[in-house]
Amino acid sequence: MSALGALIRRDIRIAVRVGGGALIGVLFFLTVVVLMPFALGPDLALLARLGPAILWLGALLASLLTLDRLFTADHDDGSLDLILMSRTPLELACAAKALAHWLAAGVPLIVATPVLGLLLNLDGSATLAVALTLLAGTPALTFTGMIGAALAVTLQRGGLLLAVLVLPLSIPVLIFGVAASNAAIAGQLSFSTPFSILCALSLASLVIGPFAAAASLRHGLD
Amino acid sequence: MRLSGRNLRCLRGGREVFAGLDFDATAGTAVAVIGPNGAGKTSLLRLIAGLLAPAEGSITLEGGDGEMTVAEQAHYLGHRDAMKPALTVTENLTFWADFLGGRPADPATCIAAVGLSHAAALPAGFLSAGQRRRLSIARLLAVRRPIWLLDEPTAALDLASQRVFAGLMTDHLASGGLVIAATHGPLGIPARELRIGGEA
Repeated sequence: MSALGALIRRDIRIAVRVGGGALIGVLFFLTVVVLMPFALGPDLALLARLGPAILWLGALLASLLTLDRLFTADHDDGSLDLILMSRTPLELACAAKALAHWLAAGVPLIVATPVLGLLLNLDGSATLAVALTLLAGTPALTFTGMIGAALAVTLQRGGLLLAVLVLPLSIPVLIFGVAASNAAIAGQLSFSTPFSILCALSLASLVIGPFAAAASLRHGLD
Repeated sequence: MRLSGRNLRCLRGGREVFAGLDFDATAGTAVAVIGPNGAGKTSLLRLIAGLLAPAEGSITLEGGDGEMTVAEQAHYLGHRDAMKPALTVTENLTFWADFLGGRPADPATCIAAVGLSHAAALPAGFLSAGQRRRLSIARLLAVRRPIWLLDEPTAALDLASQRVFAGLMTDHLASGGLVIAATHGPLGIPARELRIGGEA
C-alpha cells in the first residue's frame, strides 16, 4: 500500500507545482464559465436556466484537458516502464494515478463551482446542487477518461484521439449530472433518481476503468 | 542464481530484429551485450525486463524468488531516466524507493554514493545529462534487486563517474547480483561478451 501512497503523493505534487495540470484545469474552467455570460447576453433568467449545463460542460472539458498527460508523461520519461515492471499490480497503479488526478484536477473544479455559480446567477442552493453532482460525477469522467489516456499512450499526439474516444463515454455522465442539477433547482422532478444513476456511473467506472486502462497499457507495450 | 534465454526471437513492428539468440548469466558475473546500432541490444534488455514479449523462445530464472517474475526482481536502466523535472533529486529518488518497495536504503546515502549530495534539493530538470544518469544509478542502489539490466549505462558519464559506477557494479556482483549491460564502450569491469548482429 505504501507504493500506491507514494504514487498518489508524487502525482499530486507534480500537478500542483509550476507547470502542473491542477492549475491549468481550473483556469480553463474559469475561462469557459466567465466567457459564457458575455456570449449569451445579460439575460439573468436565461443564465440561471443554462447555468448547470454550462458548469458541467466547463468541468467536463477542463478534466479532459489535463487527462491526456495522465500516462503519456510517464511514458515519455520512462517511468511507465518501471511501473509496469514493479511488484504493484498495474490495475492498482492505474487506479492510484486516476485518484491522484481527480484529487489534483477534479476537486479544485468542485471547489471553484460556488464562485463561478455567482457569475451565472445561480442562487446558493442551486450552486450547492451543481457542486454536489460534480462531486458525484467527476470521478466517472476521470476513470473513463483514463481508458482513453491509456489507449493514447503509444500514439504520437494522442491528445485529440483522447477527446474523440472519451467524449461518447462521458455523455451519460453529462446527461444525468445536468438532469440532477436541474431537478434540484426546479424542484418538479425527483433529484434522487438521476443522482443515484450518476453515483452508479461513477462506481461502475471506478471498477472498469483501472482494468481497461491496465489492459490497454499492457497491450501497447513496445 | 542463473538467468538464461533460449532461442529468443524478437519482432519489432513486424520486422525481425534477431532470432535464435541464446544467453546465460550467472550470479556474480556481468554480461556485456555488444553489437552495431539497431542490432537489438535494447530489445534484448526489454525482452528480459518483460517490457516486450518474445515471438519465440523463453527466458528462465533459476535460483531466484519463485513467487516473482524476472521483471519484479530486476532493475531496468533505460535511455529515459524516469525522473520528473518538477521534483527535486531527493523527492524523485524517495518516490522510486517507496514505490519499488522492499526495504529501501536511505535515499541520502544513495545520492551521496553517486556524488549528487550538493544537488539533492535541486529540481531534477536542472541537472545535466550526466547528473540525471547518476540519479538513475542511485535508484539501483535505493532498492535491492538482484538483476541489473543496463542500457548504455556509461553514456554521458564523465571518467570519474564511470569509475564510481564500475565500483558500484563490482559491489553488486560481489553481493551475488548479476549485470546485463548493453554497451558500446568499456564497462570498466570484467564482463563476458554477448555479440548480436555481427561486427560493431
